[in-house]
Amino acid sequence: MDNLLLMMAPLFSSKLLLVLLFGTLFGLILGVLPGLGPTTGGALILPFTMTLDPLSAIVLLTSIYCAGTYGGAITAVLINTPGTPAAAATCLDGYPLAQKGEAGRALGMATVSSTVGGIFSVVILVFFAPILAKLAYEFGQPEYFALAIFGLTMLASIGEGSPIKNLIAAAFGILISTIGKDFMTSIDRFTYGINELSVGIGFIPVVVGLFAISEMLTQSTLLHQVFKRVALKAVKLPSKEDYKKTWKTILRSSGIGSFIGVLPAEGGTVASLIGYSEAKRFSKNPEEFGKGSIEGIAGAEAANNAATGGAMVPTLALGIPGSATTAVILTGLIIHGVRPGPDLFREQPDFLYGIFGAMLIANILFFIFGFFGAKIFARITLVPNKILWPMIFTVSVCGTYSLSQSILDVWIMLFFGVLGFFMRRFGFSVVPVIIGLILGELVEGTLRQSLVIFDGNWLIFFTRPIVVTFFILSFIALIFPLLKKKK
Amino acid sequence: MNNVRNKKRANKSLPFFFKDEFKVFSVIIIVSTILLISTFSFDTVPPILNRGIQPATFPKGLLVLIIVLTTLIYYLSFKKPWKKEKELPKNFFLTLLSFIFFIIISKTLDFFLAISFLSVFVSYNWGEKRFFYLLLVGIIFPFIVFVFFEMILGLRFPPGIITNLYYY
Repeated sequence: MDNLLLMMAPLFSSKLLLVLLFGTLFGLILGVLPGLGPTTGGALILPFTMTLDPLSAIVLLTSIYCAGTYGGAITAVLINTPGTPAAAATCLDGYPLAQKGEAGRALGMATVSSTVGGIFSVVILVFFAPILAKLAYEFGQPEYFALAIFGLTMLASIGEGSPIKNLIAAAFGILISTIGKDFMTSIDRFTYGINELSVGIGFIPVVVGLFAISEMLTQSTLLHQVFKRVALKAVKLPSKEDYKKTWKTILRSSGIGSFIGVLPAEGGTVASLIGYSEAKRFSKNPEEFGKGSIEGIAGAEAANNAATGGAMVPTLALGIPGSATTAVILTGLIIHGVRPGPDLFREQPDFLYGIFGAMLIANILFFIFGFFGAKIFARITLVPNKILWPMIFTVSVCGTYSLSQSILDVWIMLFFGVLGFFMRRFGFSVVPVIIGLILGELVEGTLRQSLVIFDGNWLIFFTRPIVVTFFILSFIALIFPLLKKKK
Repeated sequence: MNNVRNKKRANKSLPFFFKDEFKVFSVIIIVSTILLISTFSFDTVPPILNRGIQPATFPKGLLVLIIVLTTLIYYLSFKKPWKKEKELPKNFFLTLLSFIFFIIISKTLDFFLAISFLSVFVSYNWGEKRFFYLLLVGIIFPFIVFVFFEMILGLRFPPGIITNLYYY
């Protein structure tokens, strides 16, 4: 009962409500604009959160996450281009249905299923995050090391693209985290005499570079593309028949999305693809998929929004991000002095339940905004890239510079922008780099601290049951794609 | 259908050093090897203070892992060649060039001027010829962002010929 009251706290604070409203609107705009999204948007807005208290800052980031994930559906349905990667599966049926003159029905289903998926996942978050946090009390340094390795192998295994390329990207991300003074011995690594590198490479220049700047370069190769926007009169609530057809799919996809979200991977993107394919597998009319199936939209959208709450579970309970956007949220937590993990649940329940409540309200808010404002948000897609991207560049440069007031950060951002473009061009996902960078300190720190605690005895990694379990799971995660290919 | 197949397999007929997989493999291996060599110059901790592993050991392990995995993807590409990517258009190189101009201008003249230049350069090359919109992306918007960052975050931008005018 107390926790429920704590969850409702954002409703009674005008400041938090304002932050939620702004975050939801901003998230929707980011989601609607192809190439942007909650990860880039969250990274761009991170410097501004420094003017807010920790709860407001995280509420802002999580509302952007929830609304941004849904916003991608509007563009997917109306211009056949996913606003966010998580909405890619929504294009498959959303656009064909819109072409049949039923854009309102398609968006109505996307809005309802996203909201149900989102709320379902918040419920999962409220129940499971504290349980996971309690389990984490049993964890020592070796267990955290094994958990981080498990997270990275899962990311490589179920993330988009080739598992080996994902592993290379993750190892590269961890390698970036080793730049600067070694935290145990203060010995410089990869600094090459540049003093500013002694403190390491910041998270924001890398994220903004890999997402925003590399996307700007990608857009420069797509200027010839012409988007045809399907006209939208109004968003329609699904009919009784549609509900009858889709309620099972929505519930199934909500479960799938929440589960996939908990695993460290590309969160909503993978969840929506699995949600979509499972909807097709269980459907009585699988032949309609790809031609405007309402079940297809429900399956993809419920799953990608359900992944938002799921991805917050390991982020808050263990400090292991469940997706690229939660990696940004985790950075937000850290720069505001909040250390995620079991202690957070014991010491700051008001803070945590405030976040849970805010996510719940954000899901309701984007339902309202999406339902009544989709037509207006759809207009945002008309902003031409030749105006939009130079503006995003300005915000990226200023935002990156602002955190440490270092011009070197801006060069680093540009370097990672170019690198990110070529990585994506040759099939390397940039998400593992981000997760690797954020987990790097944990991986190396826990490995070395374990060896210090146990007098350099490597056998501790093979004798402790939880560690061995995580290593076995990591091994399974690595060979799973190979077995799947052989099948 | 045949056209698509031919396009996808086009990469197969090229000499090996022109193929994307070889270029990617070479770049990663060369960079990783240079970095690996540089780890040997890291300072070491005397044995009496060294509990656990040396500071260079962890990055060395990562670099070896990257080299091994890169060799593996290159080996696998013999069985399944990568599809050939489309050639990059002129606009991509112009955008890349604008980054270089941005670095030079911000380093030598002014940070604000560099942003303005890049915004106008990119916008113009991407097809925007209307004066008002060039003014919007090149001066009005960056000015609003500058003022916003300066007032809200109390940020001080690096000195330069235009930024100094604003501050003094």
